[in-house]
Amino acid sequence: MTVLLTLSIVIFVTIAIWQMVKIFDLSQVGTNNNQIATDKDNKVNGYLMMAFLVFIYAITIYSVVKWGDLPLLSNSASEHGPTIDKLLIVSLIIIFIVQTVTQFLLHYFAYKYRGEKGKKALFYADNNTLEAVWTIIPVIVLAGLIISGLFAWTNIMNPDFEDEDPLIVELYAQQFNWKARYAGADNVLGEANVRLINIDRANILGVDENDPYAQDDVIVSELHLPVNRPVIFKMRSQDVLHSAYMPHFRAQMNCVPGMVTQFAFTPTVTTQEMRENPDIQDKVARINQIRLDNQQDVLDRGQELRYDFDYLLLCNKICGKSHYNMQMKIIVETQDEFDEWMAQQTVFENSLN
Amino acid sequence: MSVTVETHAHDDHGHHHHKETFVTKYIFSQDHKMIAKQYLITGSIMGVIGILMSLIFRMQLAWPEKPNVIFEALLGKWAPGGVMDADIYLALVTIHGTIMVFFVLTAGLSGTFSNLLIPLQIGARDMASGFLNMVSYWLFFLSSVIMVLSLFVEAGPAAAGWTIYPPLSALPMAQGGSGAGMTLWLVSMAIFIASSLLGSLNYIVTVINLRTKGMSMTRLPLTIWAFFVTAIIGTVSFPVLLSAALLLIMDRSFGTSFFLSDIFIQGEVLHYQGGSPVLFEHLFWFLGHPEVYIVLLPALGITSEVIATNSRKPIFGYRAMVASILAIAFLSTIVWGHHMFVSGMNPFLGSVFTFTTLLIAIPSAVKAFNYITTLWKGNLQLNPAMLFSIGLVSTFITGGLTGIILGDSALDINVHDTYFVVAHFHLVMGISALYGMFAGIYHWFPKLFGRMLNKNLGYLHFWVTAISAYGVFFPMHFIGMAGLPRRYYTNTAFPLFDDLADVNVVITIFALIGGVFQLVFIYNFIHSIFYGKKPSQNPWRSNTLEWTTPVKHIHGNWPGEIPTVYRWSYDYSKPGHDEDFVPQNVPLKEGEEELQH
Repeated sequence: MTVLLTLSIVIFVTIAIWQMVKIFDLSQVGTNNNQIATDKDNKVNGYLMMAFLVFIYAITIYSVVKWGDLPLLSNSASEHGPTIDKLLIVSLIIIFIVQTVTQFLLHYFAYKYRGEKGKKALFYADNNTLEAVWTIIPVIVLAGLIISGLFAWTNIMNPDFEDEDPLIVELYAQQFNWKARYAGADNVLGEANVRLINIDRANILGVDENDPYAQDDVIVSELHLPVNRPVIFKMRSQDVLHSAYMPHFRAQMNCVPGMVTQFAFTPTVTTQEMRENPDIQDKVARINQIRLDNQQDVLDRGQELRYDFDYLLLCNKICGKSHYNMQMKIIVETQDEFDEWMAQQTVFENSLN
Repeated sequence: MSVTVETHAHDDHGHHHHKETFVTKYIFSQDHKMIAKQYLITGSIMGVIGILMSLIFRMQLAWPEKPNVIFEALLGKWAPGGVMDADIYLALVTIHGTIMVFFVLTAGLSGTFSNLLIPLQIGARDMASGFLNMVSYWLFFLSSVIMVLSLFVEAGPAAAGWTIYPPLSALPMAQGGSGAGMTLWLVSMAIFIASSLLGSLNYIVTVINLRTKGMSMTRLPLTIWAFFVTAIIGTVSFPVLLSAALLLIMDRSFGTSFFLSDIFIQGEVLHYQGGSPVLFEHLFWFLGHPEVYIVLLPALGITSEVIATNSRKPIFGYRAMVASILAIAFLSTIVWGHHMFVSGMNPFLGSVFTFTTLLIAIPSAVKAFNYITTLWKGNLQLNPAMLFSIGLVSTFITGGLTGIILGDSALDINVHDTYFVVAHFHLVMGISALYGMFAGIYHWFPKLFGRMLNKNLGYLHFWVTAISAYGVFFPMHFIGMAGLPRRYYTNTAFPLFDDLADVNVVITIFALIGGVFQLVFIYNFIHSIFYGKKPSQNPWRSNTLEWTTPVKHIHGNWPGEIPTVYRWSYDYSKPGHDEDFVPQNVPLKEGEEELQH
């Protein structure tokens, strides 16, 4: 019944708009209108162009003020994070300047040079100097961006951890959850392949049971990382493409069935420190207020009402029905806390049935 | 006027006039003007479906988990009790993307305007092969029908994203939509590609061979340059997508392992071994990126023509415009990897693609500045087509600028596949190309249907669309930078994103306003076909050859001889002439020099 009602409302609204437009249309009959812009049209639309410019600026300012204070932008939690953030901010400033100037010229010219009867446009077809200017300026700006971007990219993708004893962790993706496998005391991951998966023996990651390196591996569903120690992630997927997205660490890499991909970073801020960061506290307070205002919805979802900040690993490559809820909590802690936690985990050889 | 024209047609070209039945005139027509209209109507219907889908999933994103009677009414079993199913959400975004990119902005845009304008503007009586042209349209029609039918299969339509990355798209057990829905998607796209190739070959051959006397390449209107280069990009890149689709069909149906390896799903190990999804990504984006320019270049071509005509000024920097079209076309084929920075390919490749990608900003900047300079000291006739063209330049700049963030591999790490990307490409290619299409429709409606569109409805249409387009896509950059991934059925699973919920409501409200106001355009379009004001032969006082043909369509376009061309198409407000335009078929006056461009 409600469906019928809503549909009829939608149909009525459509008809109403249609009729209004028709009246609007009919009201011009007999005004000798050949449907080509007149001086008056040029004037009205010229002014509207300026109004639209104001609208663009207003929406820019509003967005920056209202949503521009993104803790994610200013609070990276990895060693390479500030490099990316700085580059992003420089790029955003360049974009902002170019956007402001070019949109002004475009809309101002549309207003300033609006047509009038009897006016003649300037016959001005080419100017090599001008062309050269706006070819060379982008070249210079882009050269700067490309060079700094490439340096950042190369450093991020080919990190040099020689003396730092990086932690080796496998991220394992499946529809629709994450597992992490630590390399254990030897810090070498045991061989694995999905063909070795044996659900009956609880070997869910297909780790080679005969590989000596595999025996001390540790498989968990909550990722713990010691602060200030480099981590090399080896990503695998058992079914479809997934993407391991860790926005707080400015880290992302796809998980591809049939191959092992890699991403490495050094976490620099513990979960506890991040929770005490004033920016994050503001954000958390804001979120908790929203959750309180929508209490019933939150409880209906089966979530806890109170939100506490946590680092997250999200799936960021479309992977099926529950793609929107494929996540794993990440906890960054001190080496001591990490060791204590690790000591409580079961190693692979003891986890088999 | 048109009566005398008719008689001439019989005198000079009686042999062109074979007996026409309803079927040969309106259905299996080989006349490029009729085929253009067929493309336009089919593309528009697909556009309505595509936009409607986006409104449905926007409502889901704004008000998730809430029973919505519109869902219940439109989605039926996919929205039990009015709550949208997660699978159908993914199907909606997938089919929305596919329809808008291929069916509306490739076939609807290029198909309509390349067909209409190439013969008319170069001075040809029709396409090189009218028959191939007809086949091309009907293949497009067939693929549209199959795509629409795929919405109704039992397990749901394709839902792996418009990029259909395997293994998700290859394994029916991975997702409901990867069964019959995906099979139909692939069949539809294979037919679509065949259609597109036939069309493109025809356009290329026609532009090279059938230009009228005097129409040298450097006198071609920029529209034709754009269509011509677009067709070349299409013939280079679409076959690669076809091969990817065929290999995917092999993997799906014949057990090969081109894209699949080591898969364990639903409790069993599959036999696939040795393939790689990354290979598919390379093949897909080898089309997928040039596709952006297949969509955009015709829109820019239309804009060049509309801006010059309505500014009553020559387009600024004709040679630079042609050079930048060629540069964009070349670069577009060597940048596909920027979609794959975090796909697991060698990071060194990422560096190379960052370099080539950011180079595209240079010809793009040249184009944007040249449009702005064309406006400078013009006598702007702000017709609806002109407004849409100016709107295109605006969204092209706004959307294009964020490309320097996404094209930079280091920065892409953190915004890859977030709403930042969605905002970027919708502005720079989606909205821009749509504006180009609207500009083309408003400008050439008199040529297509022999009627004028109502301008006041056009103004209303433009201003509401312009405001809602920015209202939708500008805030999206910010939720993207806050880390919100795209293709999430709801964001409520992450309390982290709770404070972005109100942004999503704002976006959806703008989208609904923009969507509803397209009805104004639809009304104007349909009403004007029958009751629109009759135009004069050259309503916009334009220089190009299509306005030298009679208003009423005839076979062979020109009743008498095909006009000879003496000048380029941009002699607007040229000193020494009384009128502020000099059509291309007007000989140079004594002592007048053709501009060395």
